[in-house]
Order: sequence, then C-alpha cells, then structure tokens
Amino acid sequence: MTGKGIRLELTLNGKRQVATDVPANTSLLGALRDHFGLPGAKNACEQGECGSCTVFLDGTPVCSCLVAAGQAQGAAVGTVEGLADEDGLSLVQQAFVTAGAVQCGFCTPGFLMVVRDLQLRARGRTIINLDDDEVREALAGNLCRCTGYEKVIDAVRAALADPDVPRRSVGASG
Amino acid sequence: MEFITADSWTDALRIKTERPGAAPIAGGTDVMVELNFDLRRPEALLDLSRIRELKDWDVVGGSVQLGAGVSYTRVIEELADRLPALAMAARTVGSPQIRNRGTVAGNLATASPAGDAHPVLLATGAVVEAESFQRGVRKIPVDGFFTGVKRCALEPDELIRAVVIPTAAGPQQFSKVGTRNAMVIAVCSFAIALDLDARTVGTGIGSAGPTPLAARAAERFLVGELDWDTLKVSEAAAARFGKLVAQAAQPIDDVRGTASYRKHALEVLAVRALGWIRGCA
Ligand SMILES: Cc1cc2nc3c(=O)[nH]c(=O)nc-3n(C[C@H](O)[C@H](O)[C@H](O)COP(=O)(O)OP(=O)(O)OC[C@H]3O[C@@H](n4cnc5c(N)ncnc54)[C@H](O)[C@@H]3O)c2cc1C
Ligand code: FES
Ligand code: FES
Repeated sequence: MTGKGIRLELTLNGKRQVATDVPANTSLLGALRDHFGLPGAKNACEQGECGSCTVFLDGTPVCSCLVAAGQAQGAAVGTVEGLADEDGLSLVQQAFVTAGAVQCGFCTPGFLMVVRDLQLRARGRTIINLDDDEVREALAGNLCRCTGYEKVIDAVRAALADPDVPRRSVGASG
Repeated sequence: MEFITADSWTDALRIKTERPGAAPIAGGTDVMVELNFDLRRPEALLDLSRIRELKDWDVVGGSVQLGAGVSYTRVIEELADRLPALAMAARTVGSPQIRNRGTVAGNLATASPAGDAHPVLLATGAVVEAESFQRGVRKIPVDGFFTGVKRCALEPDELIRAVVIPTAAGPQQFSKVGTRNAMVIAVCSFAIALDLDARTVGTGIGSAGPTPLAARAAERFLVGELDWDTLKVSEAAAARFGKLVAQAAQPIDDVRGTASYRKHALEVLAVRALGWIRGCA
C-alpha cells in the first residue's frame, strides 16, 4: 500500500500475474507495457483522447492510460493479447482482417477491445441491432488516422453478425 | 509519490486529515492526465475507487443521493428517468471509456467552468455533501460551491461523499455547443429544469464565465411568462428569455470560441430549450 514501488497483482487475460516495484505514479497502461511485458495496448496520447490503450478492467472498457496502476490492484484485466486463442484469431479480430479495417494497425488493439465489448453486450442482449450512428457513438473514444472509419464500421457489422448475437425478429427489421 | 488505497470511507477521511496533500483519485480521468503530463506532483494518491459506500445511489426524500463513486455510464443507465438533464449531460461527456470511469464528484472537485454536470446541478438546485474526519458532514449548495476558475469550496481535509439532486418534477434539458458530437469540451452549455409543482425555473450556464453560472433574471422572467399548463411561452417572451440568459454569461475569448460567439450561442440554446420543453407538455 505504501513505499516507493507498488507490488501489483492482476488477473491478466485470465492468469494471475505479479509485478514488483511499479512506481506509484504509473498508469495501468505503463504497468502493462513496461512491467508485465504486454505491449498490445498502445500509448499514443496519454490523455484519454485516442482509445488506443483501451483494456477491460473487471469487464469494463477503459482507457488504461487514465487508470493509476494501483487502482487495478487485484482486478481482472483483459488486453488485446487475450483475444486470440490456440484456434486462431477471435471473430472480432478476423472481422477486422477480412474487412480491411487495419492499415498501420496502431489504433487496432483499442478498437478490438471496444468491439469485443459490443459483441459481448449484443450476445447478452443489453444492446440490440445498433444502427450506424450508434456504432459510431460506441466508437467515439477511438481515433484512427488511416482508415477513415468506413471499413472499421464494416468490421463491426461483421463482428456483430455472428451467429451468437440474437437478431431482431422479422417485422422489426433494421 | 505514494499510492494509498482507502478501503472504507472512514479510512479515506482519516487519511485525508493526516495527509491533506494527498490527491484523491476516483475515475482518474482528470488526475491521470495531470500526472501523465507532469502538470502536478502530489505527495500521494488517495484511491477512493474501492470504497463501497461511494458506489451507490439512493432516493431520499424526493432527491437522489448520488454517491461520489457512481460513473457517468451508470447515471445514464440507471438514473435517466429521475435525473433526465444530468443523464443528458452525462451522455455528452468524453467517450464511452471516459464515461465508464468518470464521476460527477470528480467533475465537481475539478471545478472547471466547462464541467458538463455543473449547469445541470445549478439548474436543479443540487447540494454537495462534503465530509471531514473531524467536522463531519457539511452541505454546500452548488451555487456556492464554485469559487473561481478550477477552485471550489472544499477544505483540504474534506472529501465529497455524495451529491444530492432533487428528482425531476418537470421537464429538463441540457445542451452543449462543441466542434463534434463526442469528446469535446463545451464551447458553452445550458441547462434548464422546471418544477411543475413549485412552479419554479432553474438554469445553469457552462463554459461562459470563471465559474458555472445560473441565469437568475432569466429564471424569474420565465416564471411569470410561462403558461404552466401548456408549457407555452410567447415568441417574444422566449426571445427575451434567450437574451437574459446571454446577459447572465461572463464569457471570455479563448481557443474554443470568442465571448460574443458564446453569448450568441447561449441565446440560441436557451430559446431552443424552451421549444423542447413545450414538446413535453
Ligand atoms: C478524453 C477526456 C474527455 C473528457 N470530456 C469531458 C467532457 O466532455 N465533459 C466534462 O465535463 N469533463 C470531461 N472530461 C474531464 C473528466 O472526465 C471529468 O471532469 C470527470 O467528471 C472527472 O471525474 P473522475 O472521477 O475521473 O475524477 P478524478 O480524475 O479521479 O478526480 C478529479 C478531481 O477531483 C478530485 N476528487 C475526485 N473524487 C473526489 C471526492 N470524492 N472528493 C473530493 N475530491 C475528489 C481529485 O482529487 C481531482 O482533483 C474529460 C476528460 C478526458 C480525459
Ligand atoms: S493513450 Fe490512452 S487514450 Fe490515448
Ligand atoms: S490503422 Fe492506422 S491509426 Fe488506425
């Protein structure tokens, strides 16, 4: 709790991990990249504007640059490194590849986490058939300098078209 | 710098008394930007984000007692019916990621003239509950909370426990001018709340003065001009209301806009808000 460096224990992509001597003013982003060896979440702005550092903190997408490392003590943290498994890319990742939604790729880890969240919420029926404006709103915290977003939105459409996402019944189409 | 986790509210109050220089951190969406850019080097961070008591809201005697740890996302998802204008303002804050972490209490303590919750808290007559270990709870009405640009009435040993916001008793509106639909600091903003039982009008202006402001003359004028059954006002009275709102503002020229633009935009927002309110009758 005190002292110069913190001993930080996280459940990182499902596995218990510990880092020692994490400086108290470090962000969760800094801890992930520099102390846990996970460079997937990107550091671009460090002020919450770009979303390239988005990770799941106890299941909620957050800008890891705006979470103090110590605030994540004991929490479950999910990063882009945890999306793929032995069988290959996750559906969301494959949707980005297929749609051509990746150019330089710097923004991609952040987008993937936000779209993964949308997919989970669609499966859990807490969101239903987003229209394009709602997709844009959901992606408002993620900047991309390359793609112009159109292909990103195509990728979201494809990711949300997965068979596990319940469709709106015929008649209430949209 | 030290990192101190407060496990309970009493713990937090005690630490804040012993270490007044410790910077509280809730959602971190203001504090971490300052740390990342080395704009501030507090001797310690006092983490409030684990304190259970702060994470709830409750309805107490016609008001919502909003715990200091409730995020904007939860205000939108859980309180849009009771606190419509606060939910509208919350929807315009930053981005989904920012709203998942940021809190109304953090907005208050930062006390930026552009804080989006502030016009709503002014319009609804909210009260900030501050607490210190030694002196207990102090209730600060929001119109006395902001003391200057990024300055507020909190003492060094005080923390915000909750914000008490009267449950809507009539139509409310919030609107904000900015360069895009998301992730913008307001160029100016306006909130209005009608109380149909008491027949009173509350207003709040953001980003157009050293502190958020209420347009008291405009409020008094509208009370007399509004048809309280149909919620209609004459076109001339609506225009006059807009002018009075603009007159209450004390804007400056800055990178986001000029003073005269802000006054003009506030007039437009105020007249529009009346139109939306009429739609609620
Ligand atoms: C990308 C981005 C976009 C943003 N967009 C907006 C926007 O559109 N509108 C807007 O209004 N704001 C915006 N903000 C600013 C910020 O998100 C808000 O001010 C938010 O409400 C801060 O809440 P927090 O819980 O994150 O505060 P923190 O950063 O944790 O704290 C903010 C301040 O409050 C103090 N504090 C926190 N909790 C307490 C407490 N319980 N008692 C006493 N002091 C306390 C802290 O010490 C600090 O001084 C944005 C920020 C970012 C990074
Ligand atoms: S690096 Fe965190 S939002 Fe840009
Ligand atoms: S692909 Fe380059 S920033 Fe998005």
